[in-house]
Amino acid sequence: MSLRDSQIWKSIFRHPAPVDRRNRVMVILSNVFLHVHPVVLKKHALRPAYTWYMGLLAFWLFVVETVTGVLLMFYYRPTVEWAYNDILALRDVASLGVLREVHRWAAHAMVIVVWLHMYRVFLTGSYKPPREFNWCVGVMLLVATLLLSFTGYLLPWDQLSMWAVTVGSNMASAVPLLGSEGPGHQMLSAGGVDVIASGSDARYALLGARAVGEETLNRFYILHCVAIPLVAAVLISVHLWRVRKDGSISGPEEEGREARGEGREAGGEGPEARDEGREARGEGGDAGGEGLEARGEGPEAGGRW
Amino acid sequence: MHPESHALLATTAWWLGWFYAAVAALNAGAAVWAARRHAWLRAAAWSAWGAGLAAAAWFSLAGHPPQLPEPFKQACDDLLGPVTFTAGALGLLAVGYVLRRWLVVPAVAWLLLNVSLVWLGLSLSDAHFAAIVARPDNVPIVAMVYLLGFFTWAGTYQAVENDRRLARGQGPVEADYRDEVLVWPDVIYLELIGAILATVVLIVWSLLLRAPLEQPANPAVTPNPAKAPWYFLGLQELLVYFPPWLAGVILPALMILGLMAIPYLDFNPRGNGYYTIAQRRFAYLTFQFGFLGLWVLLILIGTFLRGPNWSFFGFYEAHDAQKMADMTNVSLAELFWVTALGRELPQVTASHGMLVELGQIAWREAPGLAALGLYYVALPWLLARTLLQGLAAKLGRTRYGVLTLLLLTMLALPLKMILVWTVHLSYVVNIPEYFFYF
Ligand code: HEM
Repeated sequence: MSLRDSQIWKSIFRHPAPVDRRNRVMVILSNVFLHVHPVVLKKHALRPAYTWYMGLLAFWLFVVETVTGVLLMFYYRPTVEWAYNDILALRDVASLGVLREVHRWAAHAMVIVVWLHMYRVFLTGSYKPPREFNWCVGVMLLVATLLLSFTGYLLPWDQLSMWAVTVGSNMASAVPLLGSEGPGHQMLSAGGVDVIASGSDARYALLGARAVGEETLNRFYILHCVAIPLVAAVLISVHLWRVRKDGSISGPEEEGREARGEGREAGGEGPEARDEGREARGEGGDAGGEGLEARGEGPEAGGRW
Repeated sequence: MHPESHALLATTAWWLGWFYAAVAALNAGAAVWAARRHAWLRAAAWSAWGAGLAAAAWFSLAGHPPQLPEPFKQACDDLLGPVTFTAGALGLLAVGYVLRRWLVVPAVAWLLLNVSLVWLGLSLSDAHFAAIVARPDNVPIVAMVYLLGFFTWAGTYQAVENDRRLARGQGPVEADYRDEVLVWPDVIYLELIGAILATVVLIVWSLLLRAPLEQPANPAVTPNPAKAPWYFLGLQELLVYFPPWLAGVILPALMILGLMAIPYLDFNPRGNGYYTIAQRRFAYLTFQFGFLGLWVLLILIGTFLRGPNWSFFGFYEAHDAQKMADMTNVSLAELFWVTALGRELPQVTASHGMLVELGQIAWREAPGLAALGLYYVALPWLLARTLLQGLAAKLGRTRYGVLTLLLLTMLALPLKMILVWTVHLSYVVNIPEYFFYF
């Protein structure tokens, strides 16, 4: 008995090898990782000249950062006593001595790649309806990417990192009303005592102290390793989901396509196809795929395939 | 020459050798490509050029990289300042836009790439240039400049081609690729190969270039200059022209909100899903001005051309901590009351209560407040009734207001720069009493 016929294999992949059309459709629909894809795509969406693959690369760099970041967390302790020494040891003592390099260069690369992705999306006008909202999700991802980079910059705890973060976070004391050097902060006073001072303003909230110190290291560590990655992961999920729901990768409108697409949809693929009307319009074939899902997946569908 | 710059040169020479060799190989490739298309003249040109680069590689590996002549470097440094660099770069972008049909021709773009690569190579043999450009954290920015150049070319090339086709009544190139492909295996394999390639590049890059690590953090020793991470250096550069609450808080917030507003302000339905410039000229130019012309340009200045005391340094200049920027700027109120009218600055007294104080401040700052009012209120109002009548009607009051606020703020950046350079203006509105500077 071959491996592919075993019960274990079949329980994992609920369909035969993707060698014919039906099972190539199935593999996309039944796999949680692959199902962010549509089943079919127009060729032009695959042309490197069109997307530059920058969105894909940004996603991959996020994965690389997650993996290398988790590995780095095994070594690194975010305290004033240990942070710098741990970074030194990562270079000189730890095996896989380029872990830190991969993490840092991938972070720089991710900032650049996200800019290039935004650049491409702008140049192809892909923010236009129906993708307005996904562009906004993208902008939030851009901010998340920059904040991830910025918070991580502090962690090596050397002169470069501490002073870069000092310069950057000084801006928080200039926030109108809430910064101790921001315009109008004296207006917030209680009984003649300033509410907003260097020990209680926006910068203090960010740093956990009046200057970059051990509290800041702790705060930035948690922001960098937990808080912002969680937000970014959620945003990326929404972003990729919306790429599909907004009719997959953008492309030129086709004349007469709309009418035909509508016809196909009316062919009746169940509720799934209806609420994906937009998508079906964009790429026709996908609706067929989703239909398969509806039919093939229910336990009552009888037999696995 | 300094002994330390000798040591630096020895290490850079080795790198430069491989750099020239790589550029020579690229040109050999271009020559073959041209020859196979029977473009003999071009094939000969690229071969000759490649041979020259191979010689440069040889000399570099032997420890004698070709150098730029000192007078040339001196002239560059003398010429370069915030004004000439910003104005020159914006001018080049404008020229590039006008000449885009010609610049995207592969042979022209290739020539320009070669020129810039050779300039980079020659400059890297200068110790001062190398000290800044080859800093580990700055290497990605050099890569970014070339990536931006390449993708700007790639996008413009396709836009020029599409605009030609659209003018003839044909569809854009993208429409020729209508066939559908199954995602398994085509797309999945592409993604897999892309991920592997990216990972290999990252690992090689990491083996070649160590991540920087300086002395342990020490609050008592302030480096000069203290620079933010490179992607925020555009904002740090803005601090030269704007107070912190604008440069560090309001302007970044407006950039983010402005980006998010784009889809809701750009109502032009054309140019959705293909590269084009002709069908969306205004949106295109606005974005390019903001992205390449301000965001990227200011980052490059902040990264490569600012040194101790945030003074401006030419490419080949030693970063001398004694060099101070002269910052004797005056507010618009002073320019108006003192310089122009020859009077005293109106007095402000806090002893008569806040209302009186605010009134006095308003009187003192009347010129600046009037200027702001004219710029942000009267100008959009006037434009809505004249030049932009159609636009205003289409957008409606709110969206027209948001659009003009964003556009005018974007334009305010170069305007303020010009005012700082020419009349040494510090603030249009200067109210130190309430920490309010504009
Ligand atoms: C961590 C950051 C990001 C990730 C991982 C990401 C990922 C992706 C991916 C994989 C795609 C599919 C198409 C492609 O590869 O080009 C995509 C499309 C898209 N992205 Fe992003 N993106 C990010 C940031 C952004 C940003 C900053 C923007 C814009 C400001 C943006 C706006 C869009 C839009 C509008 C689409 C649809 C494009 C089309 O249909 O042609 N994304 N994104």
